[in-house]
Amino acid sequence: MEKSLHIDADKCTGCLQCELACSFENDGVFNPSKSRIKVFEFEHGRHTVPYTCTQCAEAWCMQACPVDAIVLNLATGAKDVLSDRCVGCKVCTIACPFGTINYDKDSGKVVKCDLCGGNPACAAACPTEAITFIDSDSTGYDRMRQWAGQTGTIVSV
Amino acid sequence: MRHLIIGAGPAGVVAAETLRQLDSSSDILLIGDESEPPYSRMAIPYLLRGRIGEEGTYLRKSARYFEERRIEILQERVSTISTDNRSVRLESGNVEAYDRLLIATGSSPTSPPIDGVDLPGVHSCWTLEDARSIAARSSSGSKVVLMGAGFIGCIILEALASCGVDLTVVELENRMVPRMMNQVSGGLIKSWCERRGVTVLTDTRVEGIASKDSQLMVSLSEGEEILADLVINATGVRPNTSFLEKSGIEVDHGILVDQNLRTTCKDIFAAGDVCQGRDFSTGDYTVQAIQPTAVEHGKVAASNMTDGQEVIHRGCLNMNILDTMGLVSTSFGAWEGIDGGQSVECSDLARFRYLDLQFDGDVLVGANALGLTEHIGVIRGLIQTRLRLGVWKERLMDNPLQLMEAYVAVAHGVSDGRKPTTSS
Repeated sequence: MEKSLHIDADKCTGCLQCELACSFENDGVFNPSKSRIKVFEFEHGRHTVPYTCTQCAEAWCMQACPVDAIVLNLATGAKDVLSDRCVGCKVCTIACPFGTINYDKDSGKVVKCDLCGGNPACAAACPTEAITFIDSDSTGYDRMRQWAGQTGTIVSV
Repeated sequence: MRHLIIGAGPAGVVAAETLRQLDSSSDILLIGDESEPPYSRMAIPYLLRGRIGEEGTYLRKSARYFEERRIEILQERVSTISTDNRSVRLESGNVEAYDRLLIATGSSPTSPPIDGVDLPGVHSCWTLEDARSIAARSSSGSKVVLMGAGFIGCIILEALASCGVDLTVVELENRMVPRMMNQVSGGLIKSWCERRGVTVLTDTRVEGIASKDSQLMVSLSEGEEILADLVINATGVRPNTSFLEKSGIEVDHGILVDQNLRTTCKDIFAAGDVCQGRDFSTGDYTVQAIQPTAVEHGKVAASNMTDGQEVIHRGCLNMNILDTMGLVSTSFGAWEGIDGGQSVECSDLARFRYLDLQFDGDVLVGANALGLTEHIGVIRGLIQTRLRLGVWKERLMDNPLQLMEAYVAVAHGVSDGRKPTTSS
């Protein structure tokens, strides 16, 4: 069964453990600016919302890549950036309507969530189960993916 | 069913792949006129910088990729199309028949109407062959004049500078990338380049180029003359439509198409840089020479070329991202604003950061940004979903840098007191 990240912002306390875990897992540093999951604050921290790639079916980033550097990982369902192929042209960063693939100046490549190869560090680090990694079927009504469809430039008739 | 595609760039290749996905039994022939595997022009600046080899520019990496999908590739140039006989004639004299035809011939550099533009030592930067020539002439200390500070001119600046050349940019308009960035941001890009040792002459025209000993003498509109070892012509590109003159296929700036990307001739479609397709922001039919549009066109055209798969094209958002010597600029949609619209800008000139947002009521319709890359894609998301920003419109008018917060709040339901649940 394919698993997905499930985010329940009501349970988020804004502790930023997910950002630290993500940057440590992927870059070996505790540095929220490197994190592929970001926690956004509203009303001076009264609401906090963790936010990252949904591995959307439309895969705008993957479609836009001119050099085939973003590929579907058949094991995890994630869209993975192949760093050795990425030339750093950044077209994917404007093509993704969710803003969840970003240019990393240090490496000159783009980075995005790859579900840590099937064991996401953010979910493991979250103390309140605001971020969980669960069977895709049980993630229920998916507002964000539904919204993804609206960005489509194609209408089937 | 025999599908014939002219042009092996992104539009043609994506169309071929989509045709194969939709119909496993059709014949697909992809004709390209360069003697290379299908490659991306967008990767050329990174090839010039030595960050990738030529194979790094290839659109698909496996040597047998097309063969495995039974997509036949022919390296030839098409000279004419006969709609009566449903065939194309190749320059070799051979004829290829089609049931459905896609024209995805892209665009080519234009040259300004000046003397000396055809001299040896004057190059465009468009093909892999051009890149090889430029690399061979861009040794340390050589003098290079770049005509045109548009997208292509700007994106190769870093590669040229890193070769150690003595670089002068000559631009007709009053700022850099004038068709992508507004006055303030285009001016900032100019200052950025000047600080890095590049001479940038805006409001300046190249009047002519002449041979002088083993070098080139470039005459400018101010009366000045500069010596160059290499002149790069990056003054613009034009859709490749000249071979269609007697075909009956109607051409304006690009090939005229309907909302299915059908041309005015039966069973013939167009996609990519050569196609005058629908613009999301204006609803007008214009040429958008950008990668995401080429890919979307390729998919739409291929669907409509397949029986029983009709799709309508709602229009592509014109958008661009450009890295000029490390300064990243972006433009989206109606960045110049619309009649009756509102706008807000903020800047940190010392740090070369800038953001300009354009609204229609409480809907974002366009943007220019400089030095901002985090979550930049939400600008596309907000524009293309025409999401109403409600209270966040005024918050953005106060502080445009809250764009991502506005997006998360409005798209995912924080602003109305509910907190969102999302799943990957």
